[in-house]
Amino acid sequence: MYPDNFRYTKEHEWVLVEGDTGTIGITDHAQQELGDIVYVDLPKVGVRIELGKSLGSVESVKAVSDIYAPLSGEVTEINTLLTDAPEKLNQDPHGVAWLVKIHLSAPAEIQNLMSAADYQTYVGAEK
Amino acid sequence: MITKVRPHLSQNEALLFERSSPGKIAYQLPALDVPPVDPAEALGAENVRSEIPGFPEVSEVEAIRHFTRLSTWNYAIDHGMYPLGSCTMKYNPRINELVARIEGLAWAHPYQPEALAQGSMEVMARLEAALAEIAGMDAVTLQPAAGAHGELTGILLIRALLEKRGNPRKKILIPDSAHGTNPATAAIAGYAVENIASSATGVLDVAALAQLVDRDVAALMVTNPNTLGVFEENIVQAAEILHAKGAMLYMDGANMNALVGIARPGDFGVDVLHLNLHKTFSTPHGGGGPGAGPVAVKKAFEPFLPVPRLKRSGKKWAYDYRRKRSIGRVRAFYGNFGVLVRALAYILAHGGPGLRNATVDAVLNAVYIRKKLEPYFDLPYASPNMHEVVFSDERQAKLGVRTGDLAKRLIDYGFHPYTVSFPLIVHGALMIEPTETEGKLELDQFIEAMISIAKEVETDPQLVKNAPYGTRTSRVDEVTAARKPVLRWRPS
Amino acid sequence: MRYLPKSDSERRQMLEACGVASPEELFSHLPEAVRLKRPLDLPPGISEYEIVDYFRQRAAENANGYASFLGAGVYSHFRPVLVDSVVSRGEFLTSYTPYQAEISQGTLTAIFEFQTMICQLTGMDVANASMYDGSTAVPEAVSMAVRSTGKKRVLIARSVHPEYREVLRTYARHQGMPVEGFGYLPEAGTIDLEDLDRKTDDVTAAVVVQSPNFFGIVDKVKAAAEIAHRRGALLIVVFTEAVSLGLLEPPADADIVAGELQSFAISPSYGGPYAGVIATREKFIRQMPGRLVGQTTDSRGNRAFCLTLSTREQHIRREKATSNICTNQALIALMATVLMTVYGKQGLRELAQQNLAKAHYLAGRLSPRFSGRFFNEFVVRASKPDEINKALLKKKIIGGLPLGRFYPELADSMLLCATEMSRRADMDVVAEVLA
Repeated sequence: MYPDNFRYTKEHEWVLVEGDTGTIGITDHAQQELGDIVYVDLPKVGVRIELGKSLGSVESVKAVSDIYAPLSGEVTEINTLLTDAPEKLNQDPHGVAWLVKIHLSAPAEIQNLMSAADYQTYVGAEK
Repeated sequence: MITKVRPHLSQNEALLFERSSPGKIAYQLPALDVPPVDPAEALGAENVRSEIPGFPEVSEVEAIRHFTRLSTWNYAIDHGMYPLGSCTMKYNPRINELVARIEGLAWAHPYQPEALAQGSMEVMARLEAALAEIAGMDAVTLQPAAGAHGELTGILLIRALLEKRGNPRKKILIPDSAHGTNPATAAIAGYAVENIASSATGVLDVAALAQLVDRDVAALMVTNPNTLGVFEENIVQAAEILHAKGAMLYMDGANMNALVGIARPGDFGVDVLHLNLHKTFSTPHGGGGPGAGPVAVKKAFEPFLPVPRLKRSGKKWAYDYRRKRSIGRVRAFYGNFGVLVRALAYILAHGGPGLRNATVDAVLNAVYIRKKLEPYFDLPYASPNMHEVVFSDERQAKLGVRTGDLAKRLIDYGFHPYTVSFPLIVHGALMIEPTETEGKLELDQFIEAMISIAKEVETDPQLVKNAPYGTRTSRVDEVTAARKPVLRWRPS
Repeated sequence: MRYLPKSDSERRQMLEACGVASPEELFSHLPEAVRLKRPLDLPPGISEYEIVDYFRQRAAENANGYASFLGAGVYSHFRPVLVDSVVSRGEFLTSYTPYQAEISQGTLTAIFEFQTMICQLTGMDVANASMYDGSTAVPEAVSMAVRSTGKKRVLIARSVHPEYREVLRTYARHQGMPVEGFGYLPEAGTIDLEDLDRKTDDVTAAVVVQSPNFFGIVDKVKAAAEIAHRRGALLIVVFTEAVSLGLLEPPADADIVAGELQSFAISPSYGGPYAGVIATREKFIRQMPGRLVGQTTDSRGNRAFCLTLSTREQHIRREKATSNICTNQALIALMATVLMTVYGKQGLRELAQQNLAKAHYLAGRLSPRFSGRFFNEFVVRASKPDEINKALLKKKIIGGLPLGRFYPELADSMLLCATEMSRRADMDVVAEVLA
């Protein structure tokens, strides 16, 4: 269920690291908790995001959830698919509905993140 | 068994724009007694608009039918109880509507000479005095237009006093059970918000408070009774902790319906509070407003109140604009005068002893509901409740039915839902406030409905989950409304 | 008491069911220290007739039977009888905020129509379901501009209603928002574009102008827009006299329109309650404060309406909300909706034309101080405005607003307003006294 090559945060974000690029999204667990997603608020390209700080938010009809940066870096690309089709985030949170790509500024931060197996345990325990 | 409602035909009705036809009119103006003027000449041709595109054109008959039909699709207090927690949906006395429309009051212009506005000024002065007495405070401003507006005014007053004392400070403490306007207000007033968790019994944790209050804290914002309907038993102690560090106690007066004539915020340590005239004081909600949010303060804050203030000048009322320390205006003119008239009429009707009796009945109604529903719904906090009671959906959630579903099924029984999912500290909250203007029959029907629904959850949860069935529309698609907002009509 | 629907025997039954011997026991858990130990110092309750009597006496102490030439943000217009017929219906008057869409389609539909008509009137893409009033709509609009541009500085014309400017200052003070004024031309009464241009810079979030402005003059909205937009600031256009939109070109160059709808069948009522509104472009929707009603469908495919985009609001977003506002002026907005329906496309224009004719008749007999084009208000010189008004009061006429209290440089002038309600005979008296 949770891709092995991703790394995960306690706040239910995932990141795929390829070289010094990180692709960030939210997990399937997160989208389930949120319910039908109606809007995604993403930062602009060029913005610097910092580990643990909010980089944007995801909205359902009755709630807003901050998205916390799993790693620090500069935003290089945002997923414009989600502007017109926020529902993709419910449908394919680990695939086409990634949120942003960043150029990592501190790759060593990866050590703090969970593996797929650890995350699976974590969300299993949370229930 | 549903006893309160039965299906009934209600008229369909299109939007005004869909009923329009060019040339239909619903008005007639008197003929001009002065020469007409050519708009292009008077205003400049470039400033004159062509017609208003798409604006409705209907006859008077269609206009009255349109709005009458629309009105039949609404639930209202005049139909039956609203068990909405912290909203205090009580009867809106009709006499209030009559007196607010008396010509000399309804047509008064805020800039008419003071000598010709003495009646309005007397009304405002009388209301200020009555609210000060009810709240146990020293001075009142009637300017704020609503509760949230009053909150902002109150926090600005606190900031002003603290500034005068040398340090406006940086943050405001807000319980995790607070209404959303509280943190929103603090942010607009330029303060950071720090949450303080409630204790295990649902009240303010004074030990935690003592830890958190330092010279950076400007105030604690509380609602009392809190949003669980429970009186903050440690409020006096909380006030002392705050005052010892030069911080203030702000009270959100949303739940005053539990206190009028019984206890006064000014007596238990509150420095500033706002009142909601559209809650405690019976002014009508009208589908979402208007309201009024007067702010009552202790003497120390009086110099900072919004300008102008009413003052006595010989035998007359006058406005005092010379208020150097005032926080300024929070709105144009003096306040929602029409709402103030209604609130004063309410106070005059009940009188001192009567207001207290109303409070007693409000609390009796809520405690009665609690007793009758306790066997069926989980009660997260055992403390005595006052004018409202909060259950959780824990029992029903085990069978897959949530508070929102129960609320929708309640509609089929002929009631408006209670407050769903608030306060946030209760998982799956059902917040119920009957108010004093519900009689035993209505309360018993409400209780029967809730018990019946609890039983339905056990035998047929799907029935509850897909409610309501009897309404004109079934559940509306709020998701699409938010994803693809359509906020106005357009011709196709 | 007539508002308490329980008999003593019912109370007894309920107390028994609660396991409580007397009503006082319901409060026994309250700490002694907080209990009020005396009755409230308020007189006993009185009958309906006495209540009416009390307020009739108060009304008699106000102006009665005067012709009034006051405008200045609050206008005397006919109130079509249908307005009170509709808003007095219990289903509108005593209903709650339409959070439960299935049983609030009446309110929601009416608000959707309101939003639509405001868009049609102002030429904007989207309008909210009303703000408290025009004066508080201004700081809300300014906050929108600050959020959208990421900048902080605000420039506001001195010809915007003085009390509206005061309200903005109160709000802006604690938001780190510097507010600066720019002037008007002493001859024309329109905004001083050079002054505006000099003061606008790259950190300006918003330029705020009013049209017709406080002096009643149609202002230079297009030119102000050019200056603002060139520097990346938004243009906010304020209106206080909604009837003017029946005849005047709407502010197409505005980014945000903030207005007051009191002219639309809302009683002057000594200053409130009124209804403000914010209307704007599609791109600023998510920055808008206040309730919004959207169109959707139910599960059977019927058209239905609901509150939407609620995540902007305080009950969800809490300290990050676009505003702390909870109330909208639903019932007041409904009055405006009924008026707009009664007058309709043709009527609103005719109403505006009558206002224009009346004011220009009066102005024709006097000489307006400013050369700028005006709608239904204008400024005249009057060496002793208070004396003039005293003389007029003797003739049962309330004269214009002496401007000295707001504009020291105009202490020798007053602001006169004539509407469709003004009678020729009264205007002739005003002209005589002022001559």
